[in-house]
Amino acid sequence: MTDDRRPLPGRIQKAPENFLSAGQLALARRARRQFMGKALAMGAGVSAAAGSRAQPAASPAAMVDDPAIVRLPAHSTGLGQPVAARGYGSPSQWERNLQRRESPGLTRVSAASVSFAPLQGLFGIITPNGLHFERHHQGWWDIDPNQHRLMINGLVRQARVFTMDDLMRLPQVSRIHFIECGANTGMEWGNVAVPTVQYTHGMLSCCEYTGVLLSTLLDMVGADTKNGRYLLAEGADGSSMTRTIPMANALDDVMVAWAMNGEMLRPENGYPLRLVVPGIQGVSWVKYLRRIEVGDQPYDTKDEVLHYVDLMPDGRHRQYTSIQEVKSVITTPSGGQVLLDKGYYNVTGLAWSGRGKIRRVDVSFDGGRNWRTARLENPVLPKALTRFNIDWVWDGAPAILQSRAMDETGHVQPRLNQLRAVRGTRSIYHNNGIQSWRLAQTGEVFNVQTG
Amino acid sequence: MSRPVEASTQGKWLAGLLLTAACALVPVGAQPKPWADIGRPATPNEIKAWDIDVRADFTGLPPGSGSVDVGMDVWDTKCASCHGTFGESNEVFAPIVGGTTQADIASGRVANLTRSDFPQRTTLMKLSQLATLWDYVNRAMPWNAPKTLTTEEVYAVVAYILNLGDIVPDDFVLSDRNIAEIQQRLPNRNGKVFFEPMWRVDGKPDVQGDACMTNCRDEVVAISALPDFARDAHGNLGAQNRIVGPVRGADTGRPPIASLAEAAAVIESARATVVAAGATAPAVAVAPKLAAVDGQGGAADGQPPAALAAQANCMACHGVDRASVGPAFRQVADRYRGTPGALALLSGRVKNGVQGVWGQIPMPANATVPEEDIHRIVGWILDGAQ
Repeated sequence: MTDDRRPLPGRIQKAPENFLSAGQLALARRARRQFMGKALAMGAGVSAAAGSRAQPAASPAAMVDDPAIVRLPAHSTGLGQPVAARGYGSPSQWERNLQRRESPGLTRVSAASVSFAPLQGLFGIITPNGLHFERHHQGWWDIDPNQHRLMINGLVRQARVFTMDDLMRLPQVSRIHFIECGANTGMEWGNVAVPTVQYTHGMLSCCEYTGVLLSTLLDMVGADTKNGRYLLAEGADGSSMTRTIPMANALDDVMVAWAMNGEMLRPENGYPLRLVVPGIQGVSWVKYLRRIEVGDQPYDTKDEVLHYVDLMPDGRHRQYTSIQEVKSVITTPSGGQVLLDKGYYNVTGLAWSGRGKIRRVDVSFDGGRNWRTARLENPVLPKALTRFNIDWVWDGAPAILQSRAMDETGHVQPRLNQLRAVRGTRSIYHNNGIQSWRLAQTGEVFNVQTG
Repeated sequence: MSRPVEASTQGKWLAGLLLTAACALVPVGAQPKPWADIGRPATPNEIKAWDIDVRADFTGLPPGSGSVDVGMDVWDTKCASCHGTFGESNEVFAPIVGGTTQADIASGRVANLTRSDFPQRTTLMKLSQLATLWDYVNRAMPWNAPKTLTTEEVYAVVAYILNLGDIVPDDFVLSDRNIAEIQQRLPNRNGKVFFEPMWRVDGKPDVQGDACMTNCRDEVVAISALPDFARDAHGNLGAQNRIVGPVRGADTGRPPIASLAEAAAVIESARATVVAAGATAPAVAVAPKLAAVDGQGGAADGQPPAALAAQANCMACHGVDRASVGPAFRQVADRYRGTPGALALLSGRVKNGVQGVWGQIPMPANATVPEEDIHRIVGWILDGAQ
C-alpha cells in the first residue's frame, strides 16, 4: 500500500516559481508531457496504481539544475532573527492569503455578521485560534477578566456567583469539539450561491477547549435536575444573547470554558468565558457567559423564535433544531482551486456529527455513482471534526468530487435532493447535504449541485 | 426568569421537590465535594440586576404599561434610523412589519409563509411568542445602547410594533395585564413546532442518506453553478488560497484558464497576491524586516534603536549592562564618551569587523546590516544605550 502513495515515477518536481517565469514553467511542463508520452509508448507503466519504479525522466546529468539548490539563498548565507523577536508569533508572511472573510452581501451590519474560516487551507482537525470563524450578534468585546462574573440561579438550592478566579480553581477538563453555526451551508439550500468551501462550510471550527463541566457547577448550586429540564444561558454583551440548553446535555458534556487550543479564549470567541455545547449549533455556545438559569420550560428566546427556526414547506417553523447532524466536505481540492497537473492527489476533507463519532467517510469522483471509503485520521472523537484522506490519480478528465459521512448511530449524510424532498429549500438552517465539486479539464474546480 | 419557589406554582414545585429531594437536591451518601465552598451566594439585588429574561408564559415580565402613542415617539427617536419609520426598512436589518393579514390574526398562521415567492420573512410573520419580542427589545435594544429603555418604553415600543401590524388599535395601551390576550392575536402564534428529533441527541433524523457504493445513480449532471458574471463576486480567489502545495486559487480577475498548460500563469498570479501585500524574499543575506508581517513588530523606519540592535543580532554577543562575548554597550559608551569621530569610527568597526580592541575575540563584519541602521545603533550605544 505504501508504494501506492508514492509520487508518480518520473514526475518532474515543480521548480521554485520565484526563479522561473511563466514561460519557462510552461516549457518545463511541455517537456514533461513529451516524456510521459514516450513513456506510455514504451509501455513504461505510468499508472500510479501499478506502483512500478520507472527510470527518471532523463539522465540526471542532462537535467537543468534547480537554482533554489545550486545558488545558495539568502537564508543559508546570513544570520536570521533572534528569539522572541515577536513576543507572540505570527504565521509566515507567505501565508497571508488565509484569512477569515465575510461573504459579500450576506449581512449589512458588520457588528451583526459572520466571518468564515478558510477551510480550503487548513490541515488536521484543529482550527488555529486566529482563523476560527466569528459570529457576533451585537459586536465583540475584550472583557476585563477580573470584572467578569458567572451567576447560576433559578431552580437551584442556592443561587451562586463565581469569579474567573473561582472557576479556574475548579476541577477542569480539556476536550476537542467542533462548533458549527446552524446556518452553515445555509446559502446553498436553493442553488449554488458562493464559490469556495470557505463560504459554503466555513462557519465551522474545532478546538481543544478547557474549562469546568457545567454538571460540576450545577451540583455545586444544588440544581433541581428533575424539574429543571431546561437551562437558559445568557451572555454579558450588548445583546445579552440567550439560548435554551437541554438539561440532558448539561449533565453530559456541556462545558463552561475559558480556554481554546492552549490559550485563553480569543475576544472574538467570548473571552473570558463561553459555553461549549458539543454537537449543538454554535448559537447555543453563548459567549461572554454571565448567567445560567435552571427552569422547567424552554425559554423561547429571540434566537429560538425569530431566528434559528427552520421554515418547512407547510409554512411552519421548526423550533429547537439544535443538533448538527452528520456532515462532511472535501476541502482540497475544492471550489475556486486549480489543480496544477494531472496525476496523484491526496484528496482530503472533514467529517463531523453532533450525535457522536464518525464511523466512515466515502468519496466519489463521478458525481455519486461509485464510492470508495476514505482513510480516517486519528483521533476520531465524538462531536469533533474528523480528517479524512483518500488517494486519487486524476487522469485529466472532468470529474465531480463528493464526500459522504456516516456516524456511529448509522445516520448517513443525505444528498441535497433528499434533504429538499423533506425540508424544502427555504429552511436556511441545518443543510448537511452532500457537497459537489466539479473539476474541469482545465484543472479549475467549481461549486456545483447535481440533479 | 424562572418561577421563584414562592410563586403560584409553589405547590407543583414542592411536589416535585418531595419526589426528587433524595436524588437531586441532597445526593444520598455524597460527601461535600472539596471544592464545594468555591464561589459565594448571589444577593437578591444581584439576581434582580441580571435575571431579566421573560419566558414565553410571561414569567419574569415586570408590571407596567405603555401606549402606542408613546411608542411612536420612542420609535422615531431611537428605532426608526435602523428599522424605518414604519418598521418596514430592509436597509440595516430585515423588516419588522409587513406580510401579515387580518385572516392570519384569526387563524394564527401566516399564509405568506407557505409561498416560496414571498420576498421577505418579517418579524411579525415569524413571531409566535409576544414575550420574545418584549424580552429582546428590553435586553438588546436600541442597537447601540442596549438596556437603556425604561419598562414603560419597552411596553410602548412593543405596542407600536403591534399597531404597525394592525394587531392592536391606535389608542391601545399594552400592559402586563393584557399582554396574554394580545398573544392570542399574534398572526403566527400557531406557526411553530418543537422539533424533538433535532433537540435530543438520541433523536431520529428525519432525512436519511444511503450508503450505496457502486452504480448508485444514472447520469449525473450539474444543475446549479455560479454564473460566469459572479466569478469574482467574492474577490480574487487566488488571494484566498495558499501559494504552495498541489493547488492554487483561481485568478478570478481573469476568465477561467483554457487548459492545464496555463497552470503556470495561475501559479504566478497566486504568488503575486502575497508579494503585492508585502511578502519579500531578500536577495542578499539580511533577515527580513518584521514590520512586513501583519503589523507585528515596529515599522522599520520608526523602529527604536534597541529593536534594530536586536534585529541585527548585536545582542547575541553584547549586553546593555553586562559584558558577555563582547563588551557591554555601556562600557563602550564610557570608553568613547567625548571622543571626536567616535560615531564614524565605531560604525566602521561594526560594518567591517575588528579585533584586539576589547580582547582577542574578533567582532565580525556586519556587511548585511544597512549602514543607516548601524549609525542609529552606534549612536544609541554612545548615548548610553537607554
